[in-house]
Amino acid sequence: MNIHEYQGKQIMRDFGVSVPNGHVAYTVDEAVEAAKKLGSDVTVVKAQIHAGGRGKAGGVKIAKNLDEVRTYADEILGKTLVTHQTGPEGKEVKRLLIEEGCDIQSEYYVGLVLDRATSRVTMMASEEGGTEIEEVAAETPEKIFKEVIDPVTGLTPFQARRLAFNINIPKEAVGKAVKFMLGLYDVFVKKDCSVAEINPLVTTGDGDVLALDSKLNFDDNALYRQKDIMELRDLEEEDPKEVEASKFDLSYIALDGNIGCMVNGAGLAMATMDTIKHYNGDPANFLDVGGGATAEKVTEAFKIILSDDNVKGIFVNIFGGIMKCDVIAEGVVEATKQIGLTLPLVVRLEGTNVDAGKKILEESGLNITSADSMAEGAQKIVELVK
Amino acid sequence: MSVYINKDTKVIVQGITGSTALFHTKQMVEYGTQIVGGVTPGKGGTEVEGIPVFNTVAEAVEKTGANASVIYVPAPFAADAIMEATDAEMDMAICITEHIPVLDMVKVKRYMEGKKTRLVGPNCPGVITPEECKIGIMPGYIHKKGHVGVVSRSGTLTYEAVHQLSEAGIGQSTAVGIGGDPVNGTDFIDVLKAFNEDDDTEAVIMIGEIGGTAEEEAAEWVKANMNKPVVGFIGGRTAPPGKRMGHAGAIISGGKGTADEKIRVMNECGIEVAETPSVMGETLIQVLKDQGIYDKCKTH
Repeated sequence: MNIHEYQGKQIMRDFGVSVPNGHVAYTVDEAVEAAKKLGSDVTVVKAQIHAGGRGKAGGVKIAKNLDEVRTYADEILGKTLVTHQTGPEGKEVKRLLIEEGCDIQSEYYVGLVLDRATSRVTMMASEEGGTEIEEVAAETPEKIFKEVIDPVTGLTPFQARRLAFNINIPKEAVGKAVKFMLGLYDVFVKKDCSVAEINPLVTTGDGDVLALDSKLNFDDNALYRQKDIMELRDLEEEDPKEVEASKFDLSYIALDGNIGCMVNGAGLAMATMDTIKHYNGDPANFLDVGGGATAEKVTEAFKIILSDDNVKGIFVNIFGGIMKCDVIAEGVVEATKQIGLTLPLVVRLEGTNVDAGKKILEESGLNITSADSMAEGAQKIVELVK
Repeated sequence: MSVYINKDTKVIVQGITGSTALFHTKQMVEYGTQIVGGVTPGKGGTEVEGIPVFNTVAEAVEKTGANASVIYVPAPFAADAIMEATDAEMDMAICITEHIPVLDMVKVKRYMEGKKTRLVGPNCPGVITPEECKIGIMPGYIHKKGHVGVVSRSGTLTYEAVHQLSEAGIGQSTAVGIGGDPVNGTDFIDVLKAFNEDDDTEAVIMIGEIGGTAEEEAAEWVKANMNKPVVGFIGGRTAPPGKRMGHAGAIISGGKGTADEKIRVMNECGIEVAETPSVMGETLIQVLKDQGIYDKCKTH
């Protein structure tokens, strides 16, 4: 799960990790009010959307007085920002972070991620702050330093110190940088983050070490024990179809093709998309109905698939292991009738009770094309949506 | 022979009184797996389906002599269950549970270092040695005893591969689902090593997906060490970057973990990769024929 920058900074503040003072604003008046409260010489007006690259897209402005705060807030609120992470349709700005400006000396990068190769949390740091870390990794990998963290001890002060010296933080600021890194690790493990990225981390003229930006992502599987984080979820930043699917325990991801897919199992769902693409079709979505699909779940899955106007046909691909094919077939028939489906529907069933399942489809009198293999099903649906 | 489990494996079920666990316990018993006990704290001394239930894994091991555990415990308690199985010195702990917080698994991995228990999973279909022992949730009847090892990160895609093989008369020595989570126990290389040393395995099919670099590392290992043919498939060629495709570990992040990169490395390391999932079986059979071991692998 993602949260906004201002929310991430508040969490860091609560853990004693230093961030600039700032307030969230939903309207222009609130923005001006927030700037007044800050009372700083320079105020930063930052668009709050769940995507990076906001600065380049015109979503971050530096105001020298309250009039400028008003002008910029008015300009950015309601604007649709298109960045490399939003997709071409962009994202509308509905919240601003009004933050005090600071006297930046140098910019750095600090991030915590899970390293899959070692199964450990790893802190990465670089003196190339402010640029995409992927670019640094590709062009000057020697400028990225890593510390692998033992979960028993957590990040140790010597590791944080070593990182701070390696990325050339001025020696009088090393103590503060170490405190920052230890605090960030604390946030990461106590709040079940999946990513904690500070880019840039800055040293200031008055000797501070601050997070100028904050990107915190959280492990969805741990949200049950992070109720306060769950409350920060901003549904407006998510695809409404994905939100709807999650209510029914369906794993759905919208794509931009025209063939809706309903599959059991994440691996098979991915492979089904690949197969459609292989036969020159375009999948409209990834949808895993999971192991225990019922008629109700199939109906909901169909509704979600059909709420995408681009969909011109549906391919159902089920390998019934524990899930029985006749149960799925009944679900498909019921859902088709209930919704009054008129689009082409191709169903491939395999596994437990497959013959009973196929019979149910045949005897339903509905216009369902059946297929004996994934490849055949994919070819048929690609043909039907042409 | 086979890897990890066989007809002599004695299994306990952790979380046996849960409805999913109970359903699959019956299926395993029906398949012929020796289920010797179950564990549900607080229900010790009772029985389900004629199977004795214990309060702790240690007690279950002491009373039954079990050497493997299958874990269906709900996600918030699953990490602890794995550690309990490890503490009881099980040979195998097979964790089916999905949605375990990843930081819990980081701790579990650390806890298991230097201990004897092999963890398979979590978030996996389990392990099956056809016609001998099934531990997990896979449909038993699609499998046939034979000489092809299967290792996979995905459940249903494993069934798809196994089904294609069985239909073509190619049986399996053992099928191991290593699971779709970013932090798991047994990895591709562990299973490939085991298949390499197993006299009964003639070839291996390895099914990966986007995310991480486990397939690339496994391919390098195959190139350097494997003396049996390996074919592969990678799911998620068309998955968009930055989106988690159902499995917690299936995500392309920072340009890393793409299917194309994995396929490229696998090909370079001499692994034939099936173009689509529908031809996983065919691709393997062609390789078996090319290597002159098709007749050895044809089981009926």
